[in-house]
Formats: sequence, C-alpha cells, structure tokens
Amino acid sequence: MKKHASNIVFDVENIRNDFPILSRNINGKPLIYFDNAATSQTPQQVIDVIVDYYSKYNSNIHRGVHTLSQEATDKYEGARQIIQKHFNALYSHEIIFTSGTTHSINLVANGFASLLTKDDIVLVSALEHHSNIVPIQMLCEKTKATLKVIPMTQDGALDMDVYDTLLLLNPKLVFVNHISNALGTINPIKEMIQKAHKVGAAILIDGAQACPHIKPDVQELDVDFYVTSGHKMCGPTGVGMLYAKENWLNKLPPFLGGGEMISEVTFNKTTYAELPHKFEAGTPNICGGIAFGAAIEYMNSIGFGAIASYEHELLEYATKKLKAIDGMKIYGPRDNKTSVISFNIEGIHSYDLGTIIDKLGIAIRTGQHCAQPIMDYFGISGTARASFSFYNTKQEIDVFVEGIKKAAMMLR
Amino acid sequence: MYFCSMKIETIKEELIDEFSMFEDWIERYEYMIELGKSLPIINTKFKTEDNVIKGCQSKVWLHADLENEKIIFTADSDAIITKGIVAILIRVFSNQSPEVILDSNTDFIDEIGLKEHLSPTRANGLVSMIKKIKMYAVAYQTQIGL
Repeated sequence: MKKHASNIVFDVENIRNDFPILSRNINGKPLIYFDNAATSQTPQQVIDVIVDYYSKYNSNIHRGVHTLSQEATDKYEGARQIIQKHFNALYSHEIIFTSGTTHSINLVANGFASLLTKDDIVLVSALEHHSNIVPIQMLCEKTKATLKVIPMTQDGALDMDVYDTLLLLNPKLVFVNHISNALGTINPIKEMIQKAHKVGAAILIDGAQACPHIKPDVQELDVDFYVTSGHKMCGPTGVGMLYAKENWLNKLPPFLGGGEMISEVTFNKTTYAELPHKFEAGTPNICGGIAFGAAIEYMNSIGFGAIASYEHELLEYATKKLKAIDGMKIYGPRDNKTSVISFNIEGIHSYDLGTIIDKLGIAIRTGQHCAQPIMDYFGISGTARASFSFYNTKQEIDVFVEGIKKAAMMLR
Repeated sequence: MYFCSMKIETIKEELIDEFSMFEDWIERYEYMIELGKSLPIINTKFKTEDNVIKGCQSKVWLHADLENEKIIFTADSDAIITKGIVAILIRVFSNQSPEVILDSNTDFIDEIGLKEHLSPTRANGLVSMIKKIKMYAVAYQTQIGL
C-alpha cells in the first residue's frame, strides 16, 4: 500500500490521486463530491484489495482445507484484527462483522428482546438517524418496554439536564449517536456512557458518522456497544461492524441462524459457535470485510489527527463563505461539530437547490437525511447538507458557493 | 381558466416544440421555474393532507373534479422545480376524458429533456402523481360508466 507522509503537510492533491472517481465529470463539469456523510469515496488502495480478492483467492472461509480458503480466512480474520486494533477492543472476537450500522443496531436491539420486560425503560436521543430509532421502537413494541426520548436544544445539541432526569428512571438501555448525521453535532458520549453505567444501563453508540473523522477507543470510552459502517470510511458498502464487550456477546442470543454460527446441529438441539461466529450466520461479505480492513489502514496511513484538522479548516472556510449568502440559515451547533453543514436559503426548497447544483457537477444531500424528528423539531421539510472529507479542497468549496449563489438566483 | 379542450397529442407536441427552443439546461430549467411560478394551480382549500402525494423530499398536492365527462386536475408542490413539472403534467392531462388519460403515456417528458425527474428513485413524488392521475381516470371512468 502506498504510504503518505502524514502529519507534516497535508498534501491534498496527492491524496486526491488515490481516488479515481474524483476525476469524473458530471453534466460536463468536474465532480465536486460533498455527500461524504452519506457515503465516502473509495481509494485505489482499497479497490486493488477488492480486485485482488476476486482475482486471486476468492473462496469460502473457515471451512475449507484448501489453500484458497485458508488464504481468504487469514485475510478476513486479519481484517478483524485490524479493526480490533483500530478501535482498541480487548479481544478480536468482540468485533462482529455485519452488513453495516443498521444491521449492527438491529442485532443488539433484537438481542435485548429476550432481556427486557414491560417494566423496563429504553432511552433514545432525538438526534438519531432512523436506523437508530426504528429498531428500538420495534424492540419496545415486542417487549412492551417504554421508549423515552432525550430531547435536543435549538443549537442542535442534546439536552443533558433532561438526560440526567431520565436516568433517574433507571433505564436498562440507552441509544445515542456519536455524531449526528443531519447536523454534525458531536455528542458528549464519554459523559453519557459514564452516567448510563452509574444507573446500571447499557449503552450503544452509533458511530457511523464519527468513524470517518475520529478514532474511537472503545476501552477508554468503556462503551458497551459501538457500531459503524465500512462505506463511510473509504471502504465498500455492505459491510460494517459491531463492537460489544465480551460479556454482552455471551449474554445476547444470536440474531440470525444458519451456517457458520453453530457448533453442533441435531434436530433436537443446536449449540452455538464460539464468539464471534455466534453472530455471523451464513457466508459473510468476505471481500467486504477484507476491504474494510484495508480502508481503515488507508485512513490510518493519512492519520486521523491530520484528517480532523484539515476537515475542520474546510468546515470553517465553507461556513464563513456560506454565511455571506443572503437568506442563509445554518442548522446545528456553531462549534463542536464535524465537517457537515446543514442549511437552507430562505424561500428556496432544498430539493430545488440540490437539483440545480447537480447540473453544475456538485453532489450534496437534500431532504430529511433519514432524521425526520430533527426536521420536525426545526419545523422544516428538510435541509441541504454539504459534508466534506479530507480529499475535498477549498477550491471546490469556492465553486460550490458560486453554484449555490447561481441556483438561488434562478430559484428566487 | 383552463386550456380549451385540446387533443392531448397536440399539447404534447406543443410542449416538445417549446422545449426544443432552449439551448441548454439553464434555459430549460428557467422555463420550468417560470411555469411553476406563474400557475396558481390549486385552490388552497384542496391542499389537504388527503390530497398530499408524499415524495421523500418534495410534496405534491393533487385534486381532481369531473366536468362534462372530463377530468380537471389542479395541483401544487412545495418545491418550484417540481411545481414546474406538475404544471406541465396538468397542462397535458387536465381537461381530458378518462379514456384519453388512460391511453396516454409520459414519453413526452423524456423528449423535453426532463426524464431524470420521472425516475422512480427521484424523491419528488412525480411518479406517484402520475399513478394518482391514472387512478382518478379509472375511478371517473367507472363513475361515468355507471
């Protein structure tokens, strides 16, 4: 893998060369990709790993005695160790491969269906993506447990006073994201985890939006469950992970039944496999898992410190420029956020704005961002969201801002 | 207030002619935005929850009345580009008989260079709007038949 001289000078042009998609033209204009919070782009180093897998050692893992199967198993388990090391999990079997964050949350929520009763309380934050709301609603429907919401404030942060009050009800489980996908808010998860543990609650952190920008340390956080997706951090779609403390993985029942997750099967009784395989039924996304590991290595070769400071620079630059546009309203916190700008221009629908700037080759997300409760809170139908990654540039932001101005002129 | 009852194919040809005059997407979109802005296309009393067609992003309201065995459609949207296309669809499908509406297709949208707006993955409610137009046509056809 090509190495980058990290932390010295942030050589964005060199980094951009790693991403073949960035040289595409869209509607005759150079692509400006500002929809990174939805999916990040894939560097050649990761594409090579995918091609390599299918060209050289594609085979099923964990069961074959032949060379290809052993090579694939080694790479797949190697990826698990890369992920373990990256998140600083105590054991590699605490890393469960899933199809992504949504799958991971469903796995945990489903597991708790046998542990909760109608007298239990579950907390969820108001800042969540639908993926971290619906599985919990389903859990509460099944168990008749009560779902309570940790509300948000006008500046797009969680109301920690109300959180403290809700904890007095002795909830069993808390679901909160590390970073809001719609607003970029960084939640005080360390504090929230500590407080949850004081009342005996387990806590799941949805890290889908955090992992592209921050390197979480699950032991330092002392978090029970931490989940994320590969495709947000330069990996492929269809793969993600669940980190869970070993004791929780022993306590929770399996989510899916099938091959790989069993130790012995008779029609009288099946015993489940050891961790992590208990939660990995069926042939997994082998190539995806290996490429996820490669993506994490790629991001580490650039360095999360360098990524965070460069992205912050982009955020500040874009915020300043956008604020100068007439009728601009930016939602969410001013500080303590990642490189996401959620905004509207007075009198203009975000759908119209997104449609026009797509014609200029600029990709942003518009609408509710799968976070309808947040939009309802602000009383809006949606926002336009520009989200920057370490391979974006200030020049791109200049073109984007001019595009927004042009669209606003057409639409007003 | 409605166009006199022109043949649906004539209206489509007119639209294709109008749009063929534009040289680039900017002119095309500016015209669509103009169409969207200039048409007061629904009575506000019909902008009810029942009449909402929900796309993921832009909302469309659609109301239908039967007059002299022809369906009069009125509609609106909260997004201006969507509203422009709504205006185009109304121009084509309103004041036509249920049979004509059911026999007609939406190929003209492609011909005026706006196909991208009718992709089912486009979250603007237009595909649902066309379905609803056809459903009204089926319903009124049954009513007339009775």
